[in-house]
Formats: sequence, C-alpha cells, structure tokens
Amino acid sequence: MEFLGKTTIDFVGKRNISFVISAVISIIGIIAIVQMSRGAANMGIDFTGGTSVQLKFDKPFALADARKALHAAGIEAELQEVKEGNKLLVKLPRKNALAVGKAAELVPAAFVKAQPGLQVTVDSTTEIGPSIGEKLRKDTIIAVAISMLGIICYIAWRFDFKFGVGAVVATLHDVLAMFAAYYVTGREFNLLFITAVLTIAGYSLTDTVVIFDRIRENLHKDLKGSLHKIFNNSINETLSRSIITSLTTFLAAISLFVWGGEVIHDFSFALLVGIGVATYSSVFVASPVVLLLEQRAMNKQDAGTGQPVKA
Amino acid sequence: MPKGAGWRIALIAAFIVLSCIYLVPTLTPKLPDWWKGMLPKDKIHLGLDLQGGTHLVLEVETTKAVEGTLDLVATDLEDTLNSKNLRFKRISRTGSDKVAIVMYEKDTAAAVQKLVKEKYRDYEIIPTVEEGGMVGIALRMKEQDIQDRKDKAVAQALETIRNRIDQFGVSEPVIARQGVNQIVVQLPGIKDPQRAIALIGRTARLEFKMVKEGVSPTGGAVPEDSEVLFEKHTDPATGATSETPLVVYKKALITGDLLTDAQVRIDSQFNQPYVGIEFNSLGARLFDQVTAANVGKRFAIVLDSNVYSAPVIRERISGGSAQISGNFTEKTASDLAIVLRAGALPAPVKIIQNVTVGASLGKDSIDKGLMAGAIGVVLVIAFMAIYYKLSGMVANLGMVLNILYLMGAMSALGATLTLPGIAAIVLLVGMSVDSNVIIFERIREELRLGKSPKSALEAGYDKAFLTIMDSHVTALITAAVLFQFGTGPVKGFAVSLSLGIMINLFTSLMGTKVIFDLFLHKGNVKKMSI
Repeated sequence: MEFLGKTTIDFVGKRNISFVISAVISIIGIIAIVQMSRGAANMGIDFTGGTSVQLKFDKPFALADARKALHAAGIEAELQEVKEGNKLLVKLPRKNALAVGKAAELVPAAFVKAQPGLQVTVDSTTEIGPSIGEKLRKDTIIAVAISMLGIICYIAWRFDFKFGVGAVVATLHDVLAMFAAYYVTGREFNLLFITAVLTIAGYSLTDTVVIFDRIRENLHKDLKGSLHKIFNNSINETLSRSIITSLTTFLAAISLFVWGGEVIHDFSFALLVGIGVATYSSVFVASPVVLLLEQRAMNKQDAGTGQPVKA
Repeated sequence: MPKGAGWRIALIAAFIVLSCIYLVPTLTPKLPDWWKGMLPKDKIHLGLDLQGGTHLVLEVETTKAVEGTLDLVATDLEDTLNSKNLRFKRISRTGSDKVAIVMYEKDTAAAVQKLVKEKYRDYEIIPTVEEGGMVGIALRMKEQDIQDRKDKAVAQALETIRNRIDQFGVSEPVIARQGVNQIVVQLPGIKDPQRAIALIGRTARLEFKMVKEGVSPTGGAVPEDSEVLFEKHTDPATGATSETPLVVYKKALITGDLLTDAQVRIDSQFNQPYVGIEFNSLGARLFDQVTAANVGKRFAIVLDSNVYSAPVIRERISGGSAQISGNFTEKTASDLAIVLRAGALPAPVKIIQNVTVGASLGKDSIDKGLMAGAIGVVLVIAFMAIYYKLSGMVANLGMVLNILYLMGAMSALGATLTLPGIAAIVLLVGMSVDSNVIIFERIREELRLGKSPKSALEAGYDKAFLTIMDSHVTALITAAVLFQFGTGPVKGFAVSLSLGIMINLFTSLMGTKVIFDLFLHKGNVKKMSI
C-alpha cells in the first residue's frame, strides 16, 4: 500500500504563508510564557508550591455544595471537577496552604462535616513547599537550555551551523506551539507538561534531522542545481516517511489520550499537539529557514565575486 | 545461511533469553526454590504513582541542632560553675553560635575564663568585656564545627527516621539524603500515609520537668526559669479537645536519650493503653534521686513541648522503669513507643514536599496505562502490516523485540516503572517503527529505480544508517538531559525513553536486517512484499 507516489510540491515556496502561520502560533506561545511568569496562567503547584487533593465520593457531590463545605471549614480553595466517577480536585494556592501533611486530613473532614455519612476517599495529595517549586523552575530552565545547546552542537558538527539554527528555530517553534495550545485550552502547566515538551523537542529534531540528512545527500549529488529545487526534492522524497512516522506515533499517543486515564490525559494531549506541529515545522519551518540562511550566505559571497545569484 | 548472520542471530537470541530470565520474577507470583539461588529475583519496581504510596522531602532545620548543642553547653556550664561556687548572673546562648556568661566580679571572670579554656578547647573564647559593673565573656563555636554539627544532624536524622520507619513496618522504603539538608523518604504501598507522616515528622524530644506550683499560668508573667506548656485532653466520647496550661521549670531533669526501651502496655484496671519506658543506669539513678527528693510534687512528662501527663509523685521510684499515660488509643500509644525507641531527631524537620497517591488510583493508573499501551501496540501493528505487508510484519517483530528488551533491561537495572514511563514505552512503539519506515521508504525508492530486492535492501539499510544514527543521537541528548534534571515521575520517563532509544538502535539496524537477510540471501527472490 502507498499513500503518496512521487510528489513535487513546492514546500519552500510556500514559506511566506507558513512563516505567517508560525509567527502567529509563536506569538501566542510567547504570550503564554509571559502570562506564566506573571502568574496569570493556570500554573500547577509543581512550580508555585501549594496543595492539591483529589477526592473520590461515593455519590455525586455538587460543586456549589463542595464550595460551601470548604468555606464552612475555612479553607479557601479552587475546585475542579474530574470528568469520570464523582471525583473532585481541590487546589490550594500557596498563600492559603494548610500545614504540610495536614491537607489529606482536613479537606475530607470538611466534606464529611457538611454531609454526614458521605464516603470520601483521598485519591492523591500533592503538597509542595515554596522552596521546591523555586528549585524545580530553575532546574527546568537549565534542562531546556542545556538540551538545546547540546543539539545545536551536535547538528552543527554533523551538518553545518546553518542547519543547527534551522533545527533549533523549528524546535523552539514547536515548544511555543505547545505552550500556546495549553494556554488557549486553559490546561495546567506542570512537570508532566515540561516532560512532554522535552519529549517533543526530541521528536521534532528527529523529524527535522531526517529531512536534513536527505538535503545534505542531495547537495553532494548535485553540486550545481538550484538550492530551492534541491530542498524541495529532499522534502518530497522524505514526505512519505514523515507522514507514516507521524501517523504511527500519533496512533500510539491517541490511545494514551483516549484510554490512558485522567492522570496522563493532559500529558497525552500535549504529545498529540506536539507530534502534529513537529511534523509541520520540520517541513515548513526548519528547511525554509536553512534555505534562507544559505541564500543569504551565497548572496554575500556572490556580491563579492560579482557572480549572478542562483536560487 | 548468509555470511555473518550466525552471530547476529545468536546475539539476538541471547538478549531474548536474558530479557525473559529477568522478567520471570515480575510475571510469576511464586518462584521455585532453585530459581532463587542464582537467578534474578527482583521484580520491576513500580513507581509510587502506580502502586500508591507517599513521597516526602524533609528539610532538617540544622541551625536548631547547633542551637541545641549550645543550649547543652550553657546548662553544663551552669552546673559546673555552681558546683565550683563561682557566682554568675546569667549564662545563656546568644545568637546561633555563642554562649555568653555574665558575672559580677573580675576575679570570677578570670577563674571562669581559665576553666572554660580547659574544658571547652574547641571553642573560641571572646575575651572579657566590662559593662555597667558586670563582666561578660563568651564562647563561640567555630565555623568548621558548626558545619560539622549540621552535617551530623542530618546524618543522625536520617538514621532516626530509618529506625522509625523500620519499626512502623513499610516494605521497601527509600530513605536517602538529598543535597545539604534534605532527606527524601519514599513509602510505597502505604495504607495510612497520615499516620506515617506524623510519625516521621515528630521531633520526639522527651523531657521530664518539675511543675512550678503557686504560679498562675494565666496570670501574666512567669518567672525567668519557668515556662507555660499545655496539656491536651481529648474526650474519647466526643472527640473534642481541650488544653490546660501548666507552669513548669525550663530545665529538664531527665531527657529521652536516657531511655533504653519503650513498649505499649495495657492498664488492667481501666483497660487503657499506656507506654512503659525503661531507663539506662544513669537515667535510673537520676529518676530515683528526683522522685525521692520530690515526693508529693507534680512532675510533667513533656514531649515536643506538649505535656502528656503531670502526675503527682507518690513515692520514690527505683528500678528504672516508669510509664507515660495520657488518653492514648492503641495506635497513638504504639506510635509514641516507636518514636521513643528510635530516639529524638537532633533537630526538627519540616516537610517541604508530600506527594501521596492512594492505592486505588495507582491501581487504576496501571490498568489504564497498560490498556492504552496494548491498544496503541495493536493499532501500530495493524497499520504497519497493512501498509508494508510482510515487511511491515518484520518491523512489528522488531518492535515487539524492542519492548521485550526494554522491559528486561529495566528489570535488570532495577529501574522504576512510572506512569509517564508507560507513556514513554507507548510513544516508543510509535517511534521504534520509524527506523524501519525510513529504511522501507528507501528500499521502495531503490526498487522503483529497478534494482533487485536484494540490492535494494542493502542500499536501503546503507543509506538509512546515518539518518537513523543522527536521529537517535539527538533524541538521546534530550532524554539524557531529562534524566539528569528530572525528579520523580520525570526521571522514570527519561529512564524508559533513553533505554528504549538505545535498544531501538540495536533492533532496527540489526534485528530486522537479519530477518530480511535470511529470506533474501539466495538472491532468487523476485519480488519483495513491501
């Protein structure tokens, strides 16, 4: 079976359109990051510190009643319903935090008091002190920076510095797109999200490297052809592979999204978005950026020797 | 057989056998006896998110340990000077590294200075200052000793917490030091996390202090040598608590470090649990002296600044045993006995992170994770089989090998499987066929150029080799960074991912190739099923 035969789509020629789309996505991503640092985004307690308790009731419990019950016990919390099975997430920001170690006792007690006879099970509690959140945030930034640096070095060594730039631009684009998607859908930024981002960074690079490899191979074969054509041919030649791989990875990720349970639901959402944008960016962002850089470098060189530019 | 296929098949088979051996303990509930002798018996560790349990990070308040040491020095100095009849106005700890002595006369100051110099060689002595007719000197702990004390405090706290957990009974706890003053405690599968947290976090400094009679605890000022502590009562019927204030002397006559044992006993008269304690010889002697000298007075048993009970001493108690009663339940009594046996923490600890996952959520997560994984695998297998036909099945075989090796390797390395780890494996399923997709697309290109299946296969693998290397190395860089910086579940994810990437390199370049070689080596295959 074959989805595509030989294709001759002018991918790099569409760069003006793709750059506009990518710019919009990236700007939303940057806004998301700015909002995060201002504390205006939905930040998980992994980073801010605070408490979250997930409860399971034996019978449905209205959100309004829950709010009343907590209020009566003097607990100021944010509530979030979990879709399946009478579950409720109670989140206390750091400023309202109870003494660490007490939340799992006090929160269910508040519900039982409001509705005697209610069966409450504590599914999970997470309590994070402020110093830990601080450390996590710092470690995360360091981790992202180091992996980006490592990748630029590797690609610059294996290919050329321009390819390194293209790969990193595409990867950053994907990262921003994931931030944007999370922000727009109001999902919670937490450690699992960061994990998903780094995973997709790796995946996006893999995708990009496969195309770059083909470009390099074709450049060696055809020293005189126009760059524009060589880039397009390379992308077309690897297009089947890009689509098939995205599809298999997507199939795996979607089964996590649908059947993997609430704990990794958002995580698998991030993976799905990431796989999509990673495939797009390796075709429409990484390669055109490298082409632009190559052409600019050639223009400079040719301006020196007075040769006509071929592009 | 094609050249060089023999050792490759042998290697693949050897890895299969090894993986299976390592996986047996995970798959069968009971191992036969002969297995346990030489073969691996560890199951794949499940992360706390999968089996439920508690992950705590504790911070030891190390400055308190230093202050505690200095407080002891102050008490000791007080006793020494009193016994030598050297008069002083005040001895107390000042700041977090000094003990100051204030005396009335210069002569005493000189004598004290001489004594201190001999007795406390490790301390720096700050020379006398005269102030308003008083003379003061101070001892300062050296920076090096302070660091040393702090370091020891953390080590001691670790040991004490380990003792408590051992006695509490948790299978496979992890108790480790992290950074300068943090301790990580992991309690997998624990049923009553609240109780464990209370047990671990309690300083458990036990002190026996005399009650100062004739001073009203509520009437404002208490004398300088005394303090107000509270005795808590819980009404067993209603659960309501009340607090009674009590004035006690600050100085503890006997402390918990003189204990040798603590056990829960049941009062036969009221059927109430209490904690029976045994003193060592020094403790027994002190207890004997104190009770003899104070018959008819009240004696407060204080744990972490809470009064447990304040009975009247009816008679001299010799023999070195005593009891702590209070309104205990069996659980609270047994927890008290545990902390008393394990000893006090050298400094208070603060819980700075607590992640607890209930057992039912853990079970739910593992079920769903495995379910999602299985569905993902089936979807990918079906897709590959339809799209690449027989070759797709070869790729699927490679993928299954990949999962088998990965599970075997995780078991062999004692790695922990977490929920994100399962997600990584599922994702890997999608990515592991990628190498084969790259190769197959190449082969198709070569076939389109009219090459024979055999040479198309060779060219496909050759040309794809560098691409596959490059893509794996870049993926490995990010996975390695995740491993280095990640904590908890993130680390579990990174472990699964990095192992998977390395194994995938092997299965995709060697595992599937050998199968193709076996089929195509005669060179008379006309058509390839791809």
